[in-house]
Amino acid sequence: MIFQHFPIVIPISLLLGAMISAPVGIWKRKLTYPIALFASFVAFFFSSAGLIYVLNTGTHHYYLGNWIPPIGIEYVVDPLSAFVVLIVNGIGFFVMIYSHRSLAKEIPGKEVPFHAVVLLFLAGLSGMVVTGDLFNLYVFLEIASLSAYALVSVGEKRAPVAAFRYLLLGTIGASFYLLGLGFLYLDTGSLNMLDNAKIIPLLEERGLIIISLTLMLVGIGLKMAMFPMHLWLPDAYSYAPSVGSAYLAPIATKVSAYVMIRILFTVFHTEFVSEYYNFTDVIAWLSAVGILWGSIMAIAQSDYKRMLAYSSVSQIGYIGLGIGLANPLGFIGAVLHILNHALMKATLFLVNGNIFYRFGITSIPMFDENLRKKLPYTSAAFTIAALSMIGIPPTAGFFSKWYLVLASVDKNNWIFVVVIGLSSLLNLIYFFRIIEKLYITRKSNLTLDEETKMNEVPISMLVPTLLFAILVIGFGVFNAYIVDYIIKLAIPDGMI
Amino acid sequence: MTDYFIGHAAYYFIITLLLIGLWGMLFKKNYLKKLIGMNILQSSIILFYVVSASKYNATVPVLDPKLGEINPSQYINPLPHTLMLTAIVVSVATTGVALALLIVIYKRFNTLDENEILEKMK
Repeated sequence: MIFQHFPIVIPISLLLGAMISAPVGIWKRKLTYPIALFASFVAFFFSSAGLIYVLNTGTHHYYLGNWIPPIGIEYVVDPLSAFVVLIVNGIGFFVMIYSHRSLAKEIPGKEVPFHAVVLLFLAGLSGMVVTGDLFNLYVFLEIASLSAYALVSVGEKRAPVAAFRYLLLGTIGASFYLLGLGFLYLDTGSLNMLDNAKIIPLLEERGLIIISLTLMLVGIGLKMAMFPMHLWLPDAYSYAPSVGSAYLAPIATKVSAYVMIRILFTVFHTEFVSEYYNFTDVIAWLSAVGILWGSIMAIAQSDYKRMLAYSSVSQIGYIGLGIGLANPLGFIGAVLHILNHALMKATLFLVNGNIFYRFGITSIPMFDENLRKKLPYTSAAFTIAALSMIGIPPTAGFFSKWYLVLASVDKNNWIFVVVIGLSSLLNLIYFFRIIEKLYITRKSNLTLDEETKMNEVPISMLVPTLLFAILVIGFGVFNAYIVDYIIKLAIPDGMI
Repeated sequence: MTDYFIGHAAYYFIITLLLIGLWGMLFKKNYLKKLIGMNILQSSIILFYVVSASKYNATVPVLDPKLGEINPSQYINPLPHTLMLTAIVVSVATTGVALALLIVIYKRFNTLDENEILEKMK
């Protein structure tokens, strides 16, 4: 059956789309967007179908060119990777719908390469998720990173500098990962994740794999923007075009978080990383500091995009905290937060795009009630996402935090409970000041053409924004189904 | 002790190279020098793989009937070398993107010095 091939179809359709859409775009500019949209839709369709298939029949192994692993490269789609690849392609597809009008306004004339680069970016991320081979992961990581630099660099005047600094730090991260992989290969002689998982417990001498794990975690941590290594993130997100940030923020760092979960719990065992050697404790404490640091820095920002960027640092901290707790509840919290944060950040960055489309501003002091009168639906979407970021039920953000709190209590670590509570308060401060400006204060900076005239953004931009906002509530209300039917299947063996 | 150093001389060389690269990337103020540091870092990792695959008294990984029975210790390991072909391609691509970015930066700010650029970015 042709459908057996879906793990490879997802990245290949995106890669082919990138290859076709760029030359066709040079010939006829208008054709690029439909091709890109179609490629993205194919990937989205196969990701959704793949998730259903995996949930029904169990983990799917796909051998590239029928070479049996560990000799050949293997793609593995288990419930976790099917879930994450669906997030990547779902966000990718809907932001792609959104991007048409926004790009025409923000970076006119550069749409053709932009769409091609976006497809490469999505292909890299999808590949990182579905692959079961550690070196193949490195290659996809570099595809995703190189296109991410390009996405950042087309932004405003300062964007290339931000992109270059992101490139330097990103390359250090990738190089550390590659070096760590070299040590792992020297010790186990295999690049396949599952094969390594079998070999590692048998090793007598552990020095080499500890070095390898440390290097790989530092590398992935850099890509993930884990707390002390987050310095590239604020500049990159705030100078990128608004669509660029809407692609980067929700999915790029989440996929790195997924890779960290894979390396810690699939390649190395839970027992190895949390009991014999306390890697997970270090990750948890760094993330806890990152949660507070990101929130405090976000309060200090007056630029909407920069605020969201620092808030991303803090939210990555939640995912890191869930990973670092290394118990089932923490794992559920982390994976659920990957989904929730992707949706919330997508909504918030699309709102930023909408505001920029109509008013050309990103500065928070300029926001006022006229903005709300002109963009009522956008403001509503913002409010839902902001409430979710704060963690007010029944929005999605509450539930992942709830699982993280339960996990911390389970570990008897009350400091983390305090950190999560405190960070919710800080989130309240920096989001409520915007809600206040939009709905409560009667002060106007922005002039309207006519009094209270509604002038929403085009429908192709409004629908994805509202869709994500509705999903934030929807996944909040129905989070029990996601946890029961998907995430619980993905809990690694040996995690107690 | 001396045996230990002599036997691992290549690795010490690679570590030195790696540290030079990192130092250049982190502490040099000129963006082009940072890029050169990045290339040194990547080359050091490529060399690390290449060195790790080499064996004393072994030959190229092409099956040679003269050597008699197939014995893995008589052939060097080809896999790290092939991996590094990919890594070289990645490194070239990264350098290309970085150079393109540097051209844009130079056009916009007329300098590649980090301090001056940060001054102009305010």
